[in-house]
Amino acid sequence: MGNRRHAPLAPVVLDQVFMPKIESSLFDLSYFDTLSGLDTPIHRLDPRVKVVTTMLFIVAVMSFDKYETSGLVPFVLYPVALLAVGNLPLGYLLSKVLLAAPFVFFVGIFNPFFDRAILVHLGPVGISGGWISFASILIRFILTVSAALLLVASTGIHGVCQALDKLGFPRSFTVQLLFLYRYLFVLVDEASRMTRARALRSFGTRGTGLQVVGHMIGQLLLRTLDRAQRIHAAMLCRGFDGEIRQFRPLKIRSGDILFAVGWLAAFLFMRIYDVPQWLGKLATGLVP
Amino acid sequence: MHMADALISPAVGGTMWAATAALTVYSGKKLRERMDEQKVPLMGVLGAFIFAAQMINFTIPATGSSGHLGGGMILAILLGPHAAFLTMASVLTVQALFFADGGLLALGCNIFNLGFFPCFIAYPLIYKKIAGDRPTPRRILLGAMAAGILALEMGAFGVVLETTFSGISDLPFLTFTLIMLPIHLAIGIVEGLVTTAVVTYVWKARPEVLERVTTSGSLAPLPMKNVLAGLLVVTVITGGALSWFASAHPDGLEWSMFRTSGKEELKTPDTGPYFLLGQLQDKTAILPDYGFRSPEGAESEQKEQEEPPSSEEPWPAVSAGTSVSGLVGALVTMLLAGLIGLALRRYHRRV
Repeated sequence: MGNRRHAPLAPVVLDQVFMPKIESSLFDLSYFDTLSGLDTPIHRLDPRVKVVTTMLFIVAVMSFDKYETSGLVPFVLYPVALLAVGNLPLGYLLSKVLLAAPFVFFVGIFNPFFDRAILVHLGPVGISGGWISFASILIRFILTVSAALLLVASTGIHGVCQALDKLGFPRSFTVQLLFLYRYLFVLVDEASRMTRARALRSFGTRGTGLQVVGHMIGQLLLRTLDRAQRIHAAMLCRGFDGEIRQFRPLKIRSGDILFAVGWLAAFLFMRIYDVPQWLGKLATGLVP
Repeated sequence: MHMADALISPAVGGTMWAATAALTVYSGKKLRERMDEQKVPLMGVLGAFIFAAQMINFTIPATGSSGHLGGGMILAILLGPHAAFLTMASVLTVQALFFADGGLLALGCNIFNLGFFPCFIAYPLIYKKIAGDRPTPRRILLGAMAAGILALEMGAFGVVLETTFSGISDLPFLTFTLIMLPIHLAIGIVEGLVTTAVVTYVWKARPEVLERVTTSGSLAPLPMKNVLAGLLVVTVITGGALSWFASAHPDGLEWSMFRTSGKEELKTPDTGPYFLLGQLQDKTAILPDYGFRSPEGAESEQKEQEEPPSSEEPWPAVSAGTSVSGLVGALVTMLLAGLIGLALRRYHRRV
């Protein structure tokens, strides 16, 4: 890529910002596919149970007071258990959590500005309520995002769609979600080829303007519509009559119920009792 | 960037989820009634298209920075409001699940902000009226700009309301609004311009694509009473069950009053209208102080004249002792959790 050294800054920045992004998001999706295809006790659980337990986890975490920090920490047990038993990669999970962090960080960082009343003294240092609620926001963020990512990594898109279907979402929604997922790879591939072609033919900011993009997206759209037409025709040839049927029934087993009930009990316990305070008192009580 | 779970309370998240779920079921039903379930493959593929199109950046004319398409308006123009809503919902679901862009509980809020406003309000009330039946480049521009700006401003305002009602972020309502609305005005203008560019291209290349939607019948009014019923149910649930989790400590106002004046409530005078009204309130309140009334009436009168007993800890536990032990305890908990995780992984590797 010798032209990178001679071209002005803007297209280099644009290149490095969004070209790898398209390819890396494809890579991400395929990696998720691989992860959800593993065979562990977590992967074998019924997807409905996993979805419901994760939602209960998120609700429990979010029901805490805005200044709560230590009470939130034991909830890390749920993502840790999923990660460990599901044999999922920790580094990858952390990198995805970090990627999603900027927005929450940016909104949360205002709290110390607006909430300056000193709440706590650690030795000589006074910590204001704003910093405590900011820490609480960050902890909540890490917990909820990792739970959601682990849910998808251990269940996969098919499992999630089955769960949504059984939980009452309309069939047209879940089936087109599956279609979206399948064709995402194809369409993102096309879009990345288009952007690469544009990058190779443009110079400075010429060629990256609105009119060109309008034409590019318009072309992509027309090709997409044609493709959808072909897909529909192929489905009709194979007997599609407008009604979407599902033939692999889900079964709830005792392991699933145990998982759900056990974690629900754990969440309630951790919500009501502040475990770290108790452990901390124990620890500091032992030290003379 | 969409809303994250960390900034929302369960009450707000649950309410918005109820509204979104009601709209989703309604849209699905409408599609089935109109025999539009044939459109499902098209919807899925167009959803993937919106995803891919969002990755094509362009330089914004005056500023030199880059922007990208949102997509709600284009979907509404091509598919009609109900199908577009479902498609937008699925795009946001994939973004939340696979890219951690928006939380799961916040997904209800995000689908409402980015799906309901463009598809059910901006499209039918603005774009369709201006450019729906007989699109020309000028009308498309006008319609797309107006609809895009309005949809984005409403979405941004929705974010502000949801964040403020949750009470976790301290950003004051006015400040947040004054930050969000101008930014989203700019984004709305950009969205309008890109939508115009794409729709104009399609109209020039293949106008029959645009005509497909306008002939598919009129929009029935939204079943507002279903949405309201859903909201009512969720409010009852959150008020009932989730209030068990409500802090027994004094609320923010009482706390700040305690900090500034040493009292949690203002002492009401012993005579005059305040006292009489206070007595009346005492007699009629079914759930005084959000709890069940104590059996003796005399006891409550006695309590009224006492200051709140000092056995109630000021919130939060301000003593340094609790905070240090809390910190130590948190570290110990994390250590334990990590050890449990390692142990689980070892055990399952062997099995």
